[in-house]
Amino acid sequence: MREITACQIKDTIKTLFININYEIGDDVLSSLESAVDREVSPVGKAILGQIIENDIIAKNERVPMCQDTGMAVVFAEVGQDVHITGGSFANAINEGVREAYSEGYLRKSIVSDPLFDRKNTGDNTPAVIYTDIVPGDKIKLTVTCKGFGSENMSRIKMMTPADGVDGVLDFIVKTVVEAGPNPCPPTIVGVCIGGTMDKAAQLAKLATIRPVGSRNSDPRYAELEAEALRRINESGVGPGGLGGRITCLAVNIESYPTHIAGMPVAVNICCHAARHGEAVI
Amino acid sequence: MAYINADTIRITTPLTRDVALSLKAGDNVLITGKILTARDAAHKKFIELLEKGEPLPIDLHGQIIYYAGPTPTPPGRASGSFGPTTSYRMDKYTPQLLERGLLGMIGKGTRSTDVIEAMKQHGAVYFAATGGAAALIARSIVHSEIVCYDDLGAEAVRLLTVVDFPAIVAIDSRGVNLYEIGCNTYKINREKNEG
Repeated sequence: MREITACQIKDTIKTLFININYEIGDDVLSSLESAVDREVSPVGKAILGQIIENDIIAKNERVPMCQDTGMAVVFAEVGQDVHITGGSFANAINEGVREAYSEGYLRKSIVSDPLFDRKNTGDNTPAVIYTDIVPGDKIKLTVTCKGFGSENMSRIKMMTPADGVDGVLDFIVKTVVEAGPNPCPPTIVGVCIGGTMDKAAQLAKLATIRPVGSRNSDPRYAELEAEALRRINESGVGPGGLGGRITCLAVNIESYPTHIAGMPVAVNICCHAARHGEAVI
Repeated sequence: MAYINADTIRITTPLTRDVALSLKAGDNVLITGKILTARDAAHKKFIELLEKGEPLPIDLHGQIIYYAGPTPTPPGRASGSFGPTTSYRMDKYTPQLLERGLLGMIGKGTRSTDVIEAMKQHGAVYFAATGGAAALIARSIVHSEIVCYDDLGAEAVRLLTVVDFPAIVAIDSRGVNLYEIGCNTYKINREKNEG
């Protein structure tokens, strides 16, 4: 049994959320740099150039790269030999979010009631928290802040086994192309095929966090990723949606066992400001 | 590409009808002067006032509205990060504001047919700013003050003083739409290529 304090969790969350809002990952940045070379549209090239310049300014000046600092999402893997002391786990995470969004000058974008009041909670809480209990005596925290320009363009479809590979590909490509300029292309597309409706959505979100340039370890899914990316980039949507060949930087596909009668497919689109980070306590 | 004008056009606010009419989809512009900000919640309030027959808290004649809500301003800076939000959510409200003299809008993403028709009718122009380039755009903002709806926080209506704010004319006053033209220009028709 190892003791981890709620304060340690809070501080880790706070540091993670401040840093991910200021610093884009190297995988995304190098992908954007390669995209400038590959883009054939002058407007597209100029927009990609602005995005890279923006990300460098944000990192150097320690300011948020995007004004939509998103809804905080936390994937926690909690070792079963960990004993959390000095407060509750969920409170520690929300307190970390609260401090990050206040002290890091991040925008508070969360409303308490989605339909009637829509009153801002004032501190960007609550976070969306997924917790897995795993072997060991550590806590691994993977966080992302999800902007809603791209979240609003995400879709889930309960497909049938008969829809097959072609059906899945068409749904992924259609979702991203119909989103057009709205999710701030070039985007990173997270997909999950399988599970239940909720499991597919959760793993699609996790897929947006996978590094740009990584591939599914199953070559069949890796091929699906490449084919979806190719088709999306043939759509002409381009950077900023103003035309070009770089609409998407990566399609990351995950799969999960599912029911004999079904094939859920979730497509979670993430903008180029793909902000995520992880830490192990 | 024929629709891209390499030269950058400097424009100042308030816009005149002549300037708005002269801009063409694909023009690169740098905007200097004062621009207003408003997003979903402020637009809703504007329309509620208009429906009650009450005046708006701001005069829209010749103005540009930037669809954006910033991050909080850190000490020693003129503003927080300040990129555009997606414009389609304002489409329902926009024609009524164009009727009241609004001549320009800045946002990201295309607009509805109703908005484009109203733009043509009133000679207004829609600019695209680069989504997610919030730290870069903030460099062109030299002053920011809240005009009304302070209680809306990031969604309050602000008056920005900007110098060389970078944007592209996405939809011009004739209804020419760079989102459609650009996409069609770079679309690869697989069947044709493979045939």
